[in-house]
Amino acid sequence: MKFFYLVWCNLKRKKLRTTLTLLSVVVAFVLFGMLSALKLALGGTINLAAADRLMVRHRVSFVQLLPYSYQQRIAQIPGVTLVSLNVWFGGVYQDPKNQFGSFPVEPEAFLAMNPELSLPEDQKQAWLRTRTGAVVGRTLANRFNWKVGDRVPLNSPIWPNKSGGAWEFDIVGIADAGKKATDTGNIFFRYDYFDEARTYGAGQVGWYQVRVDNPSNAVEIAKAIDVEFANSATETKAETEGAMFQGFAQQIGDIGTIVSLIVAAVFFTILLVAGNTMAQSVRERTQELGVLKAVGFSNELVLGVVLGESLVIAMLGGLTGLFLGWFMVTGMGQASFIQTYFPLFYIPKGDLVLGVVFALGLGFVAGILPALQAMRLRLAEALRREG
Amino acid sequence: MSDNTNSNGALVRVDGVEKVFHRGSEDIHVLSNLNLHVPSGEFLALMGPSGSGKSTLLNLIGGLDRPTKGTVSIGGERVDQLSDRALAAWRARHVGLVFQFYNLLPVLTAERNVELPLLLTHLSKAQRRKHVETALAVVGLSHRAKHFPRTLSGGEQQRVGIARAIVTDPTILLCDEPTGDLDRKSGDEILSLLQSLNREQGKTIIMVTHDPHASARASRTVYLDKGQLSTTKPE
Repeated sequence: MKFFYLVWCNLKRKKLRTTLTLLSVVVAFVLFGMLSALKLALGGTINLAAADRLMVRHRVSFVQLLPYSYQQRIAQIPGVTLVSLNVWFGGVYQDPKNQFGSFPVEPEAFLAMNPELSLPEDQKQAWLRTRTGAVVGRTLANRFNWKVGDRVPLNSPIWPNKSGGAWEFDIVGIADAGKKATDTGNIFFRYDYFDEARTYGAGQVGWYQVRVDNPSNAVEIAKAIDVEFANSATETKAETEGAMFQGFAQQIGDIGTIVSLIVAAVFFTILLVAGNTMAQSVRERTQELGVLKAVGFSNELVLGVVLGESLVIAMLGGLTGLFLGWFMVTGMGQASFIQTYFPLFYIPKGDLVLGVVFALGLGFVAGILPALQAMRLRLAEALRREG
Repeated sequence: MSDNTNSNGALVRVDGVEKVFHRGSEDIHVLSNLNLHVPSGEFLALMGPSGSGKSTLLNLIGGLDRPTKGTVSIGGERVDQLSDRALAAWRARHVGLVFQFYNLLPVLTAERNVELPLLLTHLSKAQRRKHVETALAVVGLSHRAKHFPRTLSGGEQQRVGIARAIVTDPTILLCDEPTGDLDRKSGDEILSLLQSLNREQGKTIIMVTHDPHASARASRTVYLDKGQLSTTKPE
């Protein structure tokens, strides 16, 4: 640690240059953090996919509906242990911009199918008792300050109510995330209430979630489901959740690759900036490095001092950038637009750790060549050289 | 200090030393079969025209460079045979260097500059501080300890350089034109300081200089010309 002071003082030698280099590293890591959040937002649901869950939808598209009767037939296919239905409701609260995930479901099957949503037992019982009952995810509840006992009116541009007015739901439970990446920005209410009150489409559902007994049989069971309904008026497309989410993500593009390429380009540029700064810094003080060697600093210690400067800049800039990135992402995550369209919008812990590793790597790679250059300086020549 | 001397009483023994620099395809012979013995406690002035090899010889004695041929022993230890790492450690323990242009680190205060060689020791922070205070007191600069080099005069900067050179109590002080960048008054003060270090503390000093006025302060003067030493001034 006694050499840290020397490292620190050297960094203060050209304050403007150090500050600009530091800022460029900070910006790179802010960008890294934000791109990590964006990558998660656009493709993160893939990580939520359970290996033993299938999605069964209309073969043509999600917009087409499936008969309610398929539920029983799917349940009878060997290997299927549970079937749960879903419909896209498209609920809007008060203002068209307040649209969020809203789904009619059958409570027991739904909760059994999605254990990553955590709901207290008394609230589950209340839901089973209350025909107009709805369970709201914690994020959505916080967004509109909804509490258990509130009556919430929702409009649906897809499903008009027979009464001609808004759909009204009684909040009976608030669901928490069982694990970090779980989306709690949705509302779920009872299918029987919805099916009875909608003006058309009775007895039809959007898609089914299917649990299978063994994930290794998932693909075969999916095929068996499609075969069951082949050549019918409503053919199905069954696939694993992961495959379906992946398909969604690929409609936008290979997000992971795009983000990785942007991050790589940014880091490469910053590497050149930081490397050039360090090389220039070594060139400017050849004589001083010679003095260090003359008073007894070993070649390795001189290498350590120069490399230390590079590592300090990279770590200081990297950690500051990651913190600022986290701060900005957290702030943006509170915006209703983000909550509506990107319910999973945060920097994953793994990416934060990766960011720290990148900062260390950046410091090392940017500093190692100038440090080697400093280490290899011939002492007598260095002392003779001007600046 | 006498424990460090060679069998013939010389602290510094340079025997049969040659130094050849390669510049492109050309070999430049700077020192040829040079011999020099310096007893412990001597204040030796090394004079000679520019390019005569004075600084090269000083670098060889200080372990800053290696001879092409011959041996350099300090206190009985073959300096020319040490590895780079061992040589660095040896310099830290045994050599104090004073440069013509002071060579202080501009980003460090006077006291931090003086402390530099002590960073390589196992001394605690408090012990280092005490050594620095003592060294600055010896050169009469205690009151300028917190000043950066740019705020010090040339003479003061050289005093800091001397304090840095003596702070580890080295075996030998090597001074390369220590007054070359100073006015006469400041130069005299520096020479007086070196003289007192030699006389009162028994420091062995080898000083390269062009200045007869400076060499007059030394106890012995040798002349280097065309790679050879002599005790008389060359024509």
